[in-house]
Amino acid sequence: MKDITVQRAAKVKKEKNKVKRGQLSRRKAITGLIFVSPWIIGAILFLIYPLVTSFWYALNNIRITPIGKNFNFVGTGNFTQILLSDPEFIPHIVDYLVSTLISVPVINVFALMIAMMLNQRIKFKGPFRLIFFLPVIIVSGPVMGMLSAEGAVSVSALNAQAISGAISNFLPYYLAEPISDIFTNMIMILWYSGVQILIFLSGLQKIDKSMYEAAKIDGGSQWECFWKITLPNIKSLILLNCVYTVVYISGNESNAIIVLIQRAMFSGTKEKGYGYASAMAWVYSLVVVLIVLLFAGLIMGRKDVYERQAKKVRKQMKKDRRTARKIERRNARNARKFKKAEKKGKFTSYEDFE
Amino acid sequence: MKISNKGSLRNMNKDKFRKLMLGSKDKEGILKMTLIYLLLISIGFIYIYPILHMVSTSFMTLDDLLDSSINWIPSSLNLSNYMQAAKSMDFWKSFLQSVIIAGLPTLCNMFSCALIGYGLARFEFPFKKVILAIIIFSFILPDQITMIPTYVLYSNIGILGTIWGFILPAILGMGINAQIYILIFYYFFQQIPNALIEAAQVDGVGYFQSFLRVSIPSSVPAFITVGLFSFVWYWNNSYLTQMYVTGVLQESGWTTLVVQLKNFSSNYSEYAVTANTTITSLNESINMSGTVLSILPLLVLYLVFQKYFVESVDRSGITGE
Repeated sequence: MKDITVQRAAKVKKEKNKVKRGQLSRRKAITGLIFVSPWIIGAILFLIYPLVTSFWYALNNIRITPIGKNFNFVGTGNFTQILLSDPEFIPHIVDYLVSTLISVPVINVFALMIAMMLNQRIKFKGPFRLIFFLPVIIVSGPVMGMLSAEGAVSVSALNAQAISGAISNFLPYYLAEPISDIFTNMIMILWYSGVQILIFLSGLQKIDKSMYEAAKIDGGSQWECFWKITLPNIKSLILLNCVYTVVYISGNESNAIIVLIQRAMFSGTKEKGYGYASAMAWVYSLVVVLIVLLFAGLIMGRKDVYERQAKKVRKQMKKDRRTARKIERRNARNARKFKKAEKKGKFTSYEDFE
Repeated sequence: MKISNKGSLRNMNKDKFRKLMLGSKDKEGILKMTLIYLLLISIGFIYIYPILHMVSTSFMTLDDLLDSSINWIPSSLNLSNYMQAAKSMDFWKSFLQSVIIAGLPTLCNMFSCALIGYGLARFEFPFKKVILAIIIFSFILPDQITMIPTYVLYSNIGILGTIWGFILPAILGMGINAQIYILIFYYFFQQIPNALIEAAQVDGVGYFQSFLRVSIPSSVPAFITVGLFSFVWYWNNSYLTQMYVTGVLQESGWTTLVVQLKNFSSNYSEYAVTANTTITSLNESINMSGTVLSILPLLVLYLVFQKYFVESVDRSGITGE
């Protein structure tokens, strides 16, 4: 009697412990989803829903009445109005486009230069990093506005006026204007490169020193080392920095467009309002994404020396394989021929065949 | 060429001199190092020039401003500018509210982003790659595109003009720059050795418990980095703060130092009207004092936690891949 109960209990226990295959990984997947679930809710609530809604807004003219919002479907009306008849939007977008396309490379080249200087065996590395990172902490729209209103963002010693005068003599207006802007707002450009300097610096420190030594033994100059070792190694960081710079510039409050969008949103005029501002935001976002894609294409599309060499080697290997196959096939063919001839009894040895 | 004409002894010296100046294979030359130091120092000076200008101007009296012989050093340590700027900005109230507006979402950010980063780093589940791709893409997307519906949503559920407008997205991992924090935690939690967590699980600890007891204590630097950056970026953001919390016309009771600075001139004239005493009209010095006051807390924070700020990039693992 007792035996049976023990046996039964053991049986029950056995069944309980029997785990289906894949159950652990499924449980793990569910736990992972629980961990990520705040993000999923957030993405629906604060990313996907607003995206869809703002697209719907962009197709409407919205008037706010005491009863509620009054939607009036206008189709692409908002977009055509922005692109064709808004006196402010297009000039601002063009300004933004030109200044971004110029200042992103300038900021990144500058950051790379500073990072390479800091990467040398110099003293006071810490204090220098501290100074170069300081602007990241304190820079904000109003602070920047205050400083530029007081003329503190252009160093008088640089004599920006003379430089911009000289530039405008050589270049057409649409190019000269943004370039001289760079010189007058030199400090802003410098101030925006704090994070990039640190990213480049930590990337440079991770490059294997033995690579440079090997290059030196082979007689490579520092210039060659820079192009053939440093740049290919930090290529992904250049992309990262460019994207970061674009995002930073486009979200920054000294950017006139986002102020324009905010003003359009709260404007009481008949044609502006939420719908108009949403359409503006869509056009603006499209421009930003396109700029990011452009930089990504420019940087990742360019193959460096190693990639070119690797491609060459791969091509050569493919060719070799093909010839090897060819030779194999020919051998097989010859062997068949030989066998046939042997069957017919024409000759008995390989030498004869030759 | 020239060296060959001179005597052999001088030739040697000249060679040595050249080596010293231009450097050899294994030692940098003095010339190059001086050039680097000069460049770094001059660029460093340009970096802090606006701050020096700001601080020195903020101490000047009106006479100092007008006196062309005084360029950098004010004639006396004059604190009246600061007093007036602080009064017109309502400094203590704005300061406390700034701390709350930047601090609470930061705490939420730290918690939620750690949770999400942990989930992404340590578990395999379908659509993980998609989620990571969306996180990166949403970083590129400007805030403006989601701003208007969010504004409408907030006004519908009645949290516009309250701190909830910042806390709610932060809890759900959608705060300002939350994508960066999620990726920082993602990288950090990937570094924790699997054996550590498995050991905890063998001891009978659940997934969530092992996250709390094992993973969080071993990633304190990540928490500090994320906390500091989140605080600084919330503090400095006046665009979205005005939009969601303080209101564009400051109609809600909330305000922050940066928003006060944005409306500094109107605030100052308002203050000048209410204060009956004869006070000087708004000038450069008072503007600069206001600016200094608004960034002073961040400067203190930076100097105290400089190590965490400067090493943040190394810790974040951006360069690790």
